[in-house]
Amino acid sequence: MNASPSTAAPIFTARGVTKVYRMGDVEVHALRGVDLDLLAGEFVVLLGPSGSGKSTLLNILGGLDTPTSGQVRYLDQDLTAATDEQLTRFRREHVGFVFQFYNLIPSLTAAENVELVTDIAASPMPAREALALVGLQDRADHFPSQLSGGEQQRVAIARAVAKRPKVLLCDEPTGALDAATGVRVLESLTRVNRELGTLTAVITHNAVIADIANRVISLSAGRISSVRENPTPMSPSSISW
Amino acid sequence: MWPQLLAAALVMSVGLAALTMAQSTIVSLERARDEYYERYRFASIFAQLKRAPNELAARIEAIPGVRTVQTRIVVDVNLDVPGLAEPAAGRIISIPDDGRITLNALHLRAGRMPDADAAGEVIASEAFVEANGLGPGSRVAAIINGRYQNLTITGVALSPEFIYQIRPGEFLPDDRRFGVFWMPERQLAPAYDMHGAFNDVCLALDPGASMDDVIARLDAVLEPYGTLGALPRSEQTSHRYITDELDQLRGMSIIPPTIFLSAAAFILNIVFARLVRTQREQIAALKAFGYSGRAILAHYLSMVALVALAGSVLGVVVGYRFGLSVTELYTRFFRFPIFEFRLSPAAIATGIGLGVGSAVAGTVRSVLHAAALPPAQAMRPEPPPEYHTTIVERLRLTRLFSPATRMVVRYLERQPVRALLSCLGMSLAGAVLVMGSYTHGALEHLIDYSFSKTQRQDITVAFYEPASPSAAFDLERLPGVVGVEPFRAVPVRFTAGHRSYRGAVTGLPATPHLSRVLDTEERPLSIPDDGLLLSDSLAEILHVGPGDVIEVASLEGERRTFQLRVASVATTYLGTSAYMEINALRTLQREGPVLSGAYMQVDKAQAASLFTLLKSVPRVASVTVKDAALKSFQETMSQNILLMRLFNLIFASVIAFGVVYNSARISLAERAHELATLRVLGMTRAEVSAILLGELGVIALAAIPLGLVLGRVLAGVASLALNTESHRIPLVILPSTYAFAALVVLVATFVSSMVVRRGIDRLDLIEVLKTKG
Repeated sequence: MNASPSTAAPIFTARGVTKVYRMGDVEVHALRGVDLDLLAGEFVVLLGPSGSGKSTLLNILGGLDTPTSGQVRYLDQDLTAATDEQLTRFRREHVGFVFQFYNLIPSLTAAENVELVTDIAASPMPAREALALVGLQDRADHFPSQLSGGEQQRVAIARAVAKRPKVLLCDEPTGALDAATGVRVLESLTRVNRELGTLTAVITHNAVIADIANRVISLSAGRISSVRENPTPMSPSSISW
Repeated sequence: MWPQLLAAALVMSVGLAALTMAQSTIVSLERARDEYYERYRFASIFAQLKRAPNELAARIEAIPGVRTVQTRIVVDVNLDVPGLAEPAAGRIISIPDDGRITLNALHLRAGRMPDADAAGEVIASEAFVEANGLGPGSRVAAIINGRYQNLTITGVALSPEFIYQIRPGEFLPDDRRFGVFWMPERQLAPAYDMHGAFNDVCLALDPGASMDDVIARLDAVLEPYGTLGALPRSEQTSHRYITDELDQLRGMSIIPPTIFLSAAAFILNIVFARLVRTQREQIAALKAFGYSGRAILAHYLSMVALVALAGSVLGVVVGYRFGLSVTELYTRFFRFPIFEFRLSPAAIATGIGLGVGSAVAGTVRSVLHAAALPPAQAMRPEPPPEYHTTIVERLRLTRLFSPATRMVVRYLERQPVRALLSCLGMSLAGAVLVMGSYTHGALEHLIDYSFSKTQRQDITVAFYEPASPSAAFDLERLPGVVGVEPFRAVPVRFTAGHRSYRGAVTGLPATPHLSRVLDTEERPLSIPDDGLLLSDSLAEILHVGPGDVIEVASLEGERRTFQLRVASVATTYLGTSAYMEINALRTLQREGPVLSGAYMQVDKAQAASLFTLLKSVPRVASVTVKDAALKSFQETMSQNILLMRLFNLIFASVIAFGVVYNSARISLAERAHELATLRVLGMTRAEVSAILLGELGVIALAAIPLGLVLGRVLAGVASLALNTESHRIPLVILPSTYAFAALVVLVATFVSSMVVRRGIDRLDLIEVLKTKG
């Protein structure tokens, strides 16, 4: 099914994307033909149960994986035909990642974790500013072991957005957190999306979270099963699970 | 996991190889020597004298403790060898006319025994024959007591008396210019008017006889016949060289294997500490199922033992192979009828024991820790690593370092023991190279120093008897002679307290020009006229120092005894020598300006014709041509040195590579998740490699100077092991040695880094998003 176009310019366009990989003797069809446009500045939730292919799609969009067939374009760059070096540069310059388990470097402080990324970026914002954006400017000199799970995830968000990426890809960002903390994390994400205008794509299996998005794209068994527009997205503080 | 265990086993094998090589060479050398001495009845006591009637032999045999007596005639002659411009020297030893030699029997390699009735038939030593390309049937001319005589070589032989063939009094063997010959007594005696007489005697003793006792009595019997004093086997030249060599080997058989086994222990320590950590859950599960701590212990210990065993077996095999090569080298210096390289079972057992022992010692803490883990605790994941502010921050140097660099610094600070062990392991590689280079190159330096700097003469001429000054003038007038400096050498016995030593006092001009005495700073020393200048090795043997008085008994001429003061002691490298101003010495001896010989400088262009002349001067007992001897020795030594250096390089490289590879692999495994995260975030492979290898680089940079210092220390220890009575090795390490060692460690670090770096290419970036790490 084709995601309905709107007035904003598409950042990502995916056409006929399939992904098949082998696990031993078994062939797994993770994606079975996906057509998708993701627009600048929107907040998108990719919803689906485990095995629906949402992570695989995110990986492909983020330049970590290449489709078996089909084409993916980022602006005018064909990601499908890109070399490993080109994909690395793509991620470096255009994509911010937020992982389910934060993936902070334990031997660096919060500020240093952000600086690690800003040091290789073209026009980043100062690390402390990024941390302020997620409300952690006072914890800048703490190590991850001294931060709670939610704080770590917010540092990860700061790290992701400090380089002012066009795209923010989040894989189950609240998966390891309780509801209250998860809400705070979502608040950081929506704030960033609002203030920086970054295209934000969040993967989750939690349908409640979908309510904060502009668009909800549901996946099932490797295909897009539905696309729902949400003209009045809710604020994270008003949802709970 | 397996590559790291393999690296440890490899390093261990190096230690075992070195041990096997050294120990087995020692055992093989000893056994060959002992069997040779036994089968060919090598004498226990040797004595030279002026002349005594054959009947005296009965009196000697009557000395209690004496089992066999062999009297013979031994003379030193000049040789004219076909194909050799310079004169050569020969020692002719008489053999009984019927060819039955009682003591110091000959092993005939080719040809036949000489016919006692045929004139000029001799057996020649194999070393001499081979070096000059001669064989049975060849002819050599000799000046026997002033008469030019043609000798025919009927046979080629080896003798236990000359396993190491070197002219007595020389430092370097020179097989081309010194040969030993055996001639029937009937042919040799008339030339020296020795019919019915002898001037050399050897004894074999009854088991349990007292050596000192027999020597004392023998000296008493031989006293009226001009004896220089009897020598026990331990002072016999050839035997002493073998003993020295064995001592050196023993010293060297301890240090390298210890180093290598330590390096292996370090690696195993690191590997097993990590192994136990990553297998916590499995250990917990096993314990929950009822496996006892002892079973866990046995499991890990068997892994350790397997590694040690694998390393030991490989080491023994490699050691055997290397040992064969080393043995082959020895056969060029030591001539045995048979010299087999045998593996010493004791060495193998010791080696395996040491290997397993060091492996267990390296891993015991981790393994005991594993066995003692309470199951519940093991099932909980290890608490995440905690980081704190480091020295870098406390020194407020943070600004200088990028976050990536700070990662490296904090890793190192968090696991200092592991970093230290890796550093030590790497430094051992550098140390091994420095020490090896020193031990294998030092002799070269020594020879070069001694023969280029101290002895500046081209030729040394020695006379049979002390000659009048006209002899010096005669030499000066020979065509091609540029300078002549006479010397007087008097054989003496030094006695200080209860210590005595048989040597010589050499009389030189107060400030010699050609044959100088230098100290270790290369400063020429002046020769005292009111006492003796002793080399420090001699001073040590006698336990004396400047100002002490020692008794010097002249063994020549009137045989008088003097009390002489030790005027000074010089640190020299070669020989145990004593010097005195030549005229002062002559005054003591109550003789005129006689000389024992002269040092000469010659014009190279006229050297050949000069040699021809010297060959036929009757009073000249020996002509030593410095350059020739030096060159032939260096040629042989250089092959030896090259091979040993190659072995050393291989060993050191294995250590360096093993330690570095091991550390890098572990780092990669532990940091894989982080590094993959960085790749996802957009860092290139190169940037991520820099972080991984930066840690390694810091350790390597620290390891290099540490290794050089350690090497210097070990070289100092080695020099103690290498010092013998006849030479001490100067502790000189060239800058190029240090540079080479550093380079090898750097290259090994670089190569193994590159190998591990490929692991970065294989990091699974997708998996990283979903796992905790």
